[in-house]
Amino acid sequence: MDLFEYQARDLLASHGVPVLPGGVAETPEQAEAIAREIGTTVVVKAQVKTGGRGKAGGVKLADDAEDARARAQDILGLDIKGHITHRVMVAQASDIAEEYYFSYLLDRANRTFLAMASVEGGMEIEQLAVERPEALARIPVDATTGVDTAKATEIVDAAGFPAAVRDQVIAIAVQLWEVFAQEDATLVEVNPLAKAPDGTVLALDAKVTLDENARFRHQEHEALEDSAAADPLEAAAKEKDLNYVKLEGQVGIIGNGAGLVMSTLDVVAYAGEEFGGVKPANFLDIGGGASAEVMANGLHIILSDPAVKSVFVNVFGGITACDAVANGIVHALQMLGDEATKPLVVRLDGNNVEEGRRILAEANHPLVTLVDTMDGAARRAAELAA
Amino acid sequence: MSIFLNENSKVIVQGMTGSEGRKHTQRMLASGTAIVGGVNPKKAGQSVDFDGAGVPVFGNVAEAMKETGADVSVIFVPPAGAKNAVIEAVDAQIGLAVVITEGIPVHDSTYFWAHAQGGSTRIIGPNCPGLISPGRSNAGIIPANITKQGRIGLVSKSGTLTYQMMYELRDIGFSTCVGIGGDPVIGTTHIDCLQAFQDDPETEAIVMIGEIGGDAEERAADFIRANVTKPVVGYVAGFTAPEGKTMGHAGAIVSGSAGTAQAKQEALEAAGVRVGKTPSETARLMREIVGA
Repeated sequence: MDLFEYQARDLLASHGVPVLPGGVAETPEQAEAIAREIGTTVVVKAQVKTGGRGKAGGVKLADDAEDARARAQDILGLDIKGHITHRVMVAQASDIAEEYYFSYLLDRANRTFLAMASVEGGMEIEQLAVERPEALARIPVDATTGVDTAKATEIVDAAGFPAAVRDQVIAIAVQLWEVFAQEDATLVEVNPLAKAPDGTVLALDAKVTLDENARFRHQEHEALEDSAAADPLEAAAKEKDLNYVKLEGQVGIIGNGAGLVMSTLDVVAYAGEEFGGVKPANFLDIGGGASAEVMANGLHIILSDPAVKSVFVNVFGGITACDAVANGIVHALQMLGDEATKPLVVRLDGNNVEEGRRILAEANHPLVTLVDTMDGAARRAAELAA
Repeated sequence: MSIFLNENSKVIVQGMTGSEGRKHTQRMLASGTAIVGGVNPKKAGQSVDFDGAGVPVFGNVAEAMKETGADVSVIFVPPAGAKNAVIEAVDAQIGLAVVITEGIPVHDSTYFWAHAQGGSTRIIGPNCPGLISPGRSNAGIIPANITKQGRIGLVSKSGTLTYQMMYELRDIGFSTCVGIGGDPVIGTTHIDCLQAFQDDPETEAIVMIGEIGGDAEERAADFIRANVTKPVVGYVAGFTAPEGKTMGHAGAIVSGSAGTAQAKQEALEAAGVRVGKTPSETARLMREIVGA
């Protein structure tokens, strides 16, 4: 889960990382009130989970509270790369003497954590990594030992931080590690980490990604979820514990197992090329069990998507054999009743496939077409959606 | 021969007394696995009945190994306790720890992987279906009755795609099928399995199934070019996955231009791997290679 900047800032502050005073506003009036309390020039920043806010007009300076209100008025509602701005952060504006970069992240390839630091902050780090890789220190961090002052010193010295800020940055590096480790983050990135004219080092902007698998020990992270921005179908699916992702196409997809469902999307998209570019409408993994109730919940979500023209149910009967899956589909259709209005193409394979197909054939539901192969079924589902 | 798991493997189950652990222990026993014990500190000394066969429960992995000679542990312990369960298995120096548990925080898996370095334990998973050497032993949740023993080696990030491929090629059969799991940090990689299949005289050809996220497939492609002389057929899932969305598996996410299916397919093809457009086409390519 990616956090908004203001959430990341609050999280950093709660671990002692120095940040500037500020707050988050959903209305121009709230922005004005925050600016008045700060009492200096402020920066009004769109809170969207994408880059390039500045270029899109989502970051503006405001001289006083009235000005902050006007700037917030401009920015709220702004569409930045498809992300609508619902909130702005109003923070004390700071003059910047120097800009640095600091991050901790998961290094998948090496199965470890990585600290990255540079005294050339401000720009996009991907750009720096390509253009001046020597300016970006990359220090692996052992998960079993983490970052103490000695490790932080190693990172800070490798990046060549100037003597004047060295001790401050070392302390911040330890605090940022606390955020990374204690909050179960997979990314904590401060860019820029800035030196103010008075020599103080501050985190001016931050990105934090939290691991949703760690929710069982971080109930408090639930409050950070942006339920307003979630697709309504995705939100409904989440409530039913279904693994659903809304896509842009016309063929609703249900399958068991993440890999098989991803593969089903691809096979439908290939087949759809023949029918004027028909595409999958969603990802939905109902897991290994594929019980009638889960199947009904899944079909309910998919059939409530007005873009869906046909549905492809693609199940491999492993642990749950095909006869149980077939019964699940039949019962699910009974549970849905009149709600089931779109053609269903079903492909079953695996354990007890003959019995599974027999059950579906016998039920003879007018909406259900049984196709033996995944490729053939995908083609039929695409054809029905064209 | 097979890799990592054979008819002599003695298997214990950490979390055997839980509902998932019990269900799958039953299934493993039914498919002929030598299950020699379970581990649960609260139920040490008890015995769990599986259709008349009593399986003893031990207080910890080290004790179970000492009493039974176990060399494989299959771990069903829920996410909150999984890290300590894996550390316990590693500290007991068991040869193979198969972590089935889904939903382990990546800080925990990164920790136990680091902890296992320099030790004698191979970790498979987490968030994986385990592995099966058909006709010999089954450690995990892979259905045993959808294929038979044979000469293909299979390594896959995805459970159900593993089953699909096992089923499509069931007439030829498999030496070993390894589900390595779809988490961002996993213990045994495609490369580890490719190396083991290359060294296994019974394996004639290899199917490798990948999916979006990370660069494991690209690195496997480099490894194949340099080290694998047996034919490899590949499949990659997730061409239509949008950027920035996690597709079921915690590790299955395209970030910016990194981790795309297209890049993985191109890397594999550049290394001489024939890549199928669909699972069925992939199975057909394998048939052409092994002449069956």
